[in-house]
Amino acid sequence: MRKVAVIGVGMTKFGELWHASFRDLMIEAGVRALEDAGIGGDDIQAAYVGNMSAGRFIQQEHVGALIADYSGLAPIPCTRVEAACASGGLALRQAWMDVASGLHDIVIAAGIEKMTDVLAGAAIETLATAADQEWEAFVGATFPSLYALMARRHMYEFGTTEEQMAAVAVKNHNFANMNPYAQYHIQVTVEKVLKSPPVAKPLKLLDCSPISDGAACVVLAPAEQSRKYTDTPVLIEGSGHATDTLGLHGRKSLVGLEATVRASREAYKMAGIEPSDVHVAEVHDCFTIAEIMAIEDLGFCKKGEGGKFTEEGQTNLGGKVVVNPSGGLKGKGHPVGATGVAQVVEIVHQLREEAGKRQMEGAEIGLTHNVGGTGATVVVHIFRRMT
Amino acid sequence: MSGAVPRFWREIPARYNLIGSKCERCGKVFFPPRNLCPDCRRKGNVRPYKLKGRGRILSLTQVHVPAPGFEKQVPYYLALIEMEEGPRILAQLTDVGQEPVDIGDEVEIVFRRISESGEIINYGFKARPVKFSSQKSGS
Amino acid sequence: MRAGIVGYGVYIPIYRIKIAEIAKVWGGRTGGLGLEEKSVAGPDEDTATMAVEATRNALARAQVDPKDIGAVYVGTESPPYAVKPAATIVAEAIGATPETTAADWEFACKAGTAAVQACMGLVLSGVIKYGVAVGADNAQCRPGDALEYTAAAGAASYIIGKEEEALAIIEGTYSYTTDTPDFWRREGKPYPAHGGRFTGRPAYFKHIISAAEGLMRKFDLSVDDFDYAVFHQPNAKFPLEAAKELGLPKEKVLPGLVVGKIGNTYSASSMMGLAAVLDKAEAGQRILMVSYGSGAGSDAFSLLVTERIKEKRNLAPTVEHYLNRRVLIDYGTYSKLKYLVAE
Repeated sequence: MRKVAVIGVGMTKFGELWHASFRDLMIEAGVRALEDAGIGGDDIQAAYVGNMSAGRFIQQEHVGALIADYSGLAPIPCTRVEAACASGGLALRQAWMDVASGLHDIVIAAGIEKMTDVLAGAAIETLATAADQEWEAFVGATFPSLYALMARRHMYEFGTTEEQMAAVAVKNHNFANMNPYAQYHIQVTVEKVLKSPPVAKPLKLLDCSPISDGAACVVLAPAEQSRKYTDTPVLIEGSGHATDTLGLHGRKSLVGLEATVRASREAYKMAGIEPSDVHVAEVHDCFTIAEIMAIEDLGFCKKGEGGKFTEEGQTNLGGKVVVNPSGGLKGKGHPVGATGVAQVVEIVHQLREEAGKRQMEGAEIGLTHNVGGTGATVVVHIFRRMT
Repeated sequence: MSGAVPRFWREIPARYNLIGSKCERCGKVFFPPRNLCPDCRRKGNVRPYKLKGRGRILSLTQVHVPAPGFEKQVPYYLALIEMEEGPRILAQLTDVGQEPVDIGDEVEIVFRRISESGEIINYGFKARPVKFSSQKSGS
Repeated sequence: MRAGIVGYGVYIPIYRIKIAEIAKVWGGRTGGLGLEEKSVAGPDEDTATMAVEATRNALARAQVDPKDIGAVYVGTESPPYAVKPAATIVAEAIGATPETTAADWEFACKAGTAAVQACMGLVLSGVIKYGVAVGADNAQCRPGDALEYTAAAGAASYIIGKEEEALAIIEGTYSYTTDTPDFWRREGKPYPAHGGRFTGRPAYFKHIISAAEGLMRKFDLSVDDFDYAVFHQPNAKFPLEAAKELGLPKEKVLPGLVVGKIGNTYSASSMMGLAAVLDKAEAGQRILMVSYGSGAGSDAFSLLVTERIKEKRNLAPTVEHYLNRRVLIDYGTYSKLKYLVAE
């Protein structure tokens, strides 16, 4: 398998984008990525697009073909990839496999979700299709309630506090305020988080990522060809993908995601690195507790210490590893299928030293962590600035 | 969820009577029922197995923003329960009363209305904290 | 050869509202009825769910194989569906399916005892081994109507078999039925209507007393032969008045009078009162039980408690257990549960 590099990235702003349709978002993100890569549409040979549920959100399936058509890219092969909220990360992996295998050279990995064309209740119901329909959604479980069950158990086993979870929200909103593409530009304090209305205890409104529209797109090329297109190619050094039981009730652990451990170890092994080598990471903070569990499962800190690690500032600029400098799902927004690819956009900016006030100084190795459902799918990628 | 009559009718034995599965080769008990034992797969021999209906709370949450169809019950409790026979189930708590419910509390499974699909009422299992109502004799 | 009760069980929802709370909202008087509180079904309960728990309790006492149950009958005036019986839901939930007959019964508050009589017939004729007869209701009432002060929710279930397995033998039954329009509900209407004071003398009292007297005449019994008397309980006054007229001292009626704490559970009412007595009665004691259903009719029974009661009664929760299990709610919560529908 040959090495693959990212030669261009682009994304739309994330938010409630009333003016933009699904088709509008895809074009906007795609055009930015192509301009960043300095290539034309004729250069693209294949596309993989992550999208969780266009069928329920905009009554449209067959979106692979739709995107090829509207991007003017038809007749290239365009594949829609679905793994709930990990659709984007998984689309990247498929695109990486395509180039690494030698099947194609220039391939797009994109992600897109248009969530606000339906009422909030319908959006919530659709998000719940990432959980076990027969045995979780059926008994009244919502997505926040499932993560709340993990949060409560994490608090019980390790003494994690609601203040520590709130610290994740504060950090990520701070970063979002420095990110022009982020959905939220608001001031969040620990007190504001603790006072926000309960959603599913102990999770409150400000512990939860929002419903958003958005798209993101990256362009991949064989590493050996990448300097033709850009002075700052970013190598994909590792990729990992693991599954676990769909429902929480089947898991071995309620305080972490085994799939994160497996997928990240596969990626670390492929990249030849240790968790402590990672400088900057975009992890899946659909809820504040999710980031706490992620930094533990990824090996940045010990199991149970994620709350303390965060509270001490170890995941902020100047800490051991900068986590979610884009603002994360929490501050940047979470258009489900787009998230996994937007994480790559941020890491590439960080490794190219283009992240402005969010820049982690001297970032060389970055990681993206994308979760589907409550952890039934996890996709991890590792990136290194190409020297 | 309207019109999905056969989908929910098919699961009545599990939802009404806690009929799960047991792999006769390795002895593991599953609920909800499984067609294949994940460890033994085709070498396994999976048969119906009825759970007794007693367990302990592993984690719980009080839901304030409801799933569609559950508005009338807000706030309601969801709990992950470890059943006596081993499997874990997710269920709503019912008859909680005023006293707090906590991790470690014993629950018993009871028969209640869960939801509606169109005009069909879906019945199934919920968990009732034992400290508010024991199935032991006249207490 | 006689039939008997092989197992019995009840269920009362946990929620209660004070009658005084209802009176506060509607400006009514409460004193006359003798009720303190009534039971209110929770948002996840209905006639079928209550009937299931009551029957599971009855099965726990009966200790029979559910596959040997040959009939499952639910008597109710508030079934979850107008067409699709609660009885099949109960039959499935107790493991009696598929080899059983089933149906829902309607005769206002005496549908359950009518089902008991049918089970007696099927058992005694050898058609079935055991039959389940349930009286269960989540009673409807128009907000602010007099009935709101009493209409409650509950279930009582009886497993009928042969006398050699019974914890109480049914020595005999006698019914008194006429076409009397004291209380009714037309198809499609959400709430019942009633004839006000007409529901008293010509309805409740006429049928209860005639049935009791008819039973005693037919089986050559007198009021002195009975240790307990259980009547249908639309309020706390009527049963005591009926007892007085029959010459029964009120001490024989009080053990089976549960309406003061939980209200009128309609089809479960007299059957719940009987269960309260069975929770206390000793072997050899005799119980008079008379149900009443508007429309109108009464089923009277003479029951003889056997030795088996001692070992059986503690195998499931008693009426007292459910009476003590209560959470008080206010009128707002009660309204939400009973009247307001979240779409």
